[in-house]
Amino acid sequence: MNALHSVGALVAEGPVGVETNTGEQVTFWVCATLAVIGALGTVLSRKAVHSALFIALTMINLAILYVAQDAPFLGMVQVIVYTGAVMMLFVFVLMVVGVDASDSLVETIKGQRVWAGVAFVAFLGLLLAGIVDSLVGTTVVGLDAANAEQGGNVEGIGVAIFTRYLLAFEITALLLMTAAVGAMVLTHRERVEPRKTQAQMSTERFAPDLHPVNLPSPGVYARNNSVDMPALLPDGSIAEDSVPGPLRLEGDLREPDRLALEESEHLQDGEAVIVETPSGELIDPDPEGEG
Amino acid sequence: MNPTNYLILSAILFSIGAGGVLVRRNAIVVFMCIELMLNASNLAFVTFARTNGTLDGQVVAFFVMVVAAAEVVIGLAIIVAIFRTRNSASVDEPNLLKL
Repeated sequence: MNALHSVGALVAEGPVGVETNTGEQVTFWVCATLAVIGALGTVLSRKAVHSALFIALTMINLAILYVAQDAPFLGMVQVIVYTGAVMMLFVFVLMVVGVDASDSLVETIKGQRVWAGVAFVAFLGLLLAGIVDSLVGTTVVGLDAANAEQGGNVEGIGVAIFTRYLLAFEITALLLMTAAVGAMVLTHRERVEPRKTQAQMSTERFAPDLHPVNLPSPGVYARNNSVDMPALLPDGSIAEDSVPGPLRLEGDLREPDRLALEESEHLQDGEAVIVETPSGELIDPDPEGEG
Repeated sequence: MNPTNYLILSAILFSIGAGGVLVRRNAIVVFMCIELMLNASNLAFVTFARTNGTLDGQVVAFFVMVVAAAEVVIGLAIIVAIFRTRNSASVDEPNLLKL
């Protein structure tokens, strides 16, 4: 109760030694709102792709907050590593696993959502109470002196990593290498059957029940080229194979224009054909009579 | 600017991430919620660095990012491997840990 009582006082006045900067306050409130919206969207949106977009929003806003807190290097790394590499990897795996795989709304454990909500509120209360309690009476030093010590934020972090934290840095290198090898091992698939030779593939292609070459393309040349119009074979019959399978199964075949077929036969015989255009004008395709 | 606000934001984001891990069943979304929790802790580290006036907090946040990157790589590889055998990315399906 004591901690909750001091929340108001801390938020209102702040710990000792803080200079209040209006620009930073505006940045904080805008970015914090967007970050929380992104976090809620991540949890609440049903489609995984929407969750990925929402969490990218949260991460970019956190990057802005890092920069606002004198951590420009971390802000840039956040944008490049998290919103760039990690989220790209997430979206890539989403494409592999299936974009449309949305969560089912059936609860497998009875009352899971309700108890998760209770746990959320309780945990948040615990964290806030702990934070506020621990911050009573602290003074904020600020990073200006620490950044100026080595000439800048990036230089300061570099010196810290390569001197005091050198061992940890080397261990993270090992960790990254292990992760790369582990990812390759986990996603590697052994070939369980020998690779087919070219002769085998050729034999399979000419198996009796298969079509050895391309299927005929749909449509009657220069008359109608829509996919539901079957092609005509040289004897005038319909080439069923030329129409895509689903249309063929549903019986959505169109009857070819027999009149057009007859006209083309006349043309082949060298006879002139009078064609009527949509406007009603008559066109003689062979005015010289040479055909 | 008052660091308490940053820490409260960090706590809110962490709790939302934890709630998401409890509620969601798509393994990839659960992973995103874990990333959210790691980001929230990073925000706390950066705020602590500023409060204490040393760069150590920022270095630790940097290491957290490295570990998170490695964790994402392995986790997504496991999800892809499970998806290949189970044809599902739900965390309820592989509850027996056998093929």
